[in-house]
Amino acid sequence: MKVLIIGATSAIAYEAAKCFAQDGADMFLVARNAEKLASVADDLKVRGAHCVETEVLDLSELDRHEELLERAFSSLNGCDMLLIAHGTLGDQRKCELSVAETLREFTNNCTSVISLLTIAANYFEQQKHGCIAVISSVAGDRGRQSNYVYGTAKAAISAFLQGLRNRLAKAGVAVLTIKPGTVDTPMTADLKKGLLFASAQSVGKGVYQAMKQGKDVVYLPAYWRVIMFIVRAVPERIFKKMSL
Amino acid sequence: MASVNNAPQSWGRYPKIKPDRVIPVYWRNEIPDLSSLEELVLPYAYGRSYGDSCLNEGGVSLDVSHLTRFISFDQETGLLRCEAGVSLAQILELTVPRGWFLPVTPGTKFVSVGGAIANDVHGKNHHVAGTFGCHVTRFELLRSSGERLICSPTENIELFRATIGGLGLTGVILWAEFRLKPITGPFITMERIRYSSLKEFMEISDSSDQDYEYTVAWVDCLASGQQIGRGLFMRGNHETSAAHAGKKAPRKLSLAVPLDFPSFVLNTLTIKAFNTAYYHAQLARSIRKIVPYDPFFYPLDSIHEWNRMYGKRGFMQYQCVVPFENGYEVMLDILRRISRAGEGSFLAVLKKFGDVPSPGMLSFPRPGLTLALDFSNNGQKTLQLFEELDKVVRENGGSVYPAKDARMSAESFQAYFPQWHEFEPLIDSKFSSSFWRRVTLPVAVPVNG
Repeated sequence: MKVLIIGATSAIAYEAAKCFAQDGADMFLVARNAEKLASVADDLKVRGAHCVETEVLDLSELDRHEELLERAFSSLNGCDMLLIAHGTLGDQRKCELSVAETLREFTNNCTSVISLLTIAANYFEQQKHGCIAVISSVAGDRGRQSNYVYGTAKAAISAFLQGLRNRLAKAGVAVLTIKPGTVDTPMTADLKKGLLFASAQSVGKGVYQAMKQGKDVVYLPAYWRVIMFIVRAVPERIFKKMSL
Repeated sequence: MASVNNAPQSWGRYPKIKPDRVIPVYWRNEIPDLSSLEELVLPYAYGRSYGDSCLNEGGVSLDVSHLTRFISFDQETGLLRCEAGVSLAQILELTVPRGWFLPVTPGTKFVSVGGAIANDVHGKNHHVAGTFGCHVTRFELLRSSGERLICSPTENIELFRATIGGLGLTGVILWAEFRLKPITGPFITMERIRYSSLKEFMEISDSSDQDYEYTVAWVDCLASGQQIGRGLFMRGNHETSAAHAGKKAPRKLSLAVPLDFPSFVLNTLTIKAFNTAYYHAQLARSIRKIVPYDPFFYPLDSIHEWNRMYGKRGFMQYQCVVPFENGYEVMLDILRRISRAGEGSFLAVLKKFGDVPSPGMLSFPRPGLTLALDFSNNGQKTLQLFEELDKVVRENGGSVYPAKDARMSAESFQAYFPQWHEFEPLIDSKFSSSFWRRVTLPVAVPVNG
């Protein structure tokens, strides 16, 4: 199996990558920090990955996406699984005070993903098989005061993927929207951990399984589907008064 | 649900003390600047030490349980290098199917590699393989100064020796490299022999240690009179027959203790009833069977959070070793005192340590007889018994295991580990633990004449 993972040092992506490595996959990993990327690559080799190539790139450099994907697809000689997992959980308060900060968050979590998807979609459409998976978030299901900039970016991703799924279904390509709830990762290190926090390991495994099964939309853990159903059902005139 | 180390505690859940805060470490190239911290620091992973050697009241717990990446594995030589937060369970999962096993393993696989080194853990093969530290070839140690030192038997030798068994006080182990041992499959051929006295234990142990890699006995610590020391002796070897070589060990369902048992569940009567039943459950004097490695090495790991059986007050372990010289008489004395006190539980094990030396400066195992048992925390009563046992152990040149201790006096510790003076200068000045502060309190030196 040929697997390309973008944002491979993110906790959820790494856990999913471990599952692919155990299957003996050929892997191509992309991340921003060279040292972290190398330690993930070493780990996946020990765990059984057939071969692991890496590329260090800051994904906010949109004009380098084309050559990145070209190199990855040719190095892997095809691509069965593409997982896009990079992102940042910015400081909502800072965003409210700065347009530049808001746009930076939006580039990290949305524009860069759409850029990658636009290029990759054409490749997969021609290849006529494979799975494109993106880590979106339950935060995109409804805007809340505590993180609506992040939520907006994720909502855009979810809508984009919906359309892409519709388009690529005809080519036999699966498009998977992954909506994790709160996960215990470095991204959430500063948040207080409640009961609903899931381990990156269980969520990563869920990502791997959903990709292999060619699913459309998954909530991870699955009970978030119920939670978000309720959250979406609250009438706006009540919702707007809640502290969420 | 979540594996969140918000509130570090030890396995015995006693003492109940808290660090000022927990700082998680996610990457080995991204450690917070320890020199700028005001508090003292102690690494923490899965909290499998029983007492307070993994706790740091009022200080910083540096949570290294996220450092779980492998770095390299040589399939030909069995040399494994991994980050310090990798658990022994994670190693077994990776290496057993490839024909490699841990060189030494304690009674739980849920300990981190860093913890295995810091406590220089031992297992059922101590008489032939020594401690975990005997198999460590090198590790990287981060000091609070920011220095990263490769320590091995030939580089930074003093720190290598101090860190093995050094209770996490010499700095943070970032990764370690050690040798695994080759196996042909995941099975153990074991024999379980019912024996009726401490004397018989000694005889079986003597005749087994030559031919069996793994030996240990479960002791009915509430038996009295002639039956003191009676129990079940277990011995085993890795199964090498071709018939079992290719087979996989079956996966077992794991259970969990979902809540704290009320304290009345475990008392002398229930434990005595259990022990007697367990002792007699085996009708034949000896049975032989081939079992997967999991139930042989880690019978309790299949019940997650079994420590909750002891209720909210938690429990204490006591593990001592007494030298072979007079070892039989001293162990008999110790077992008598425990039986008389009516304390003790069903988790009591007896084993002979061998004479393989550990590189660890402060390592606990030494040639002799070792006894480990759990005690419900009955407050003063339990503490008094421990104090009494300490006196016997001290007078006979023995020692008590820091990894399992929550209460030994500074006087006892300093008698058990006179080499602590040699160890102390190698401690990182930013590092400390509740255990260390307790056992290094000044001790009044008796003045002669």
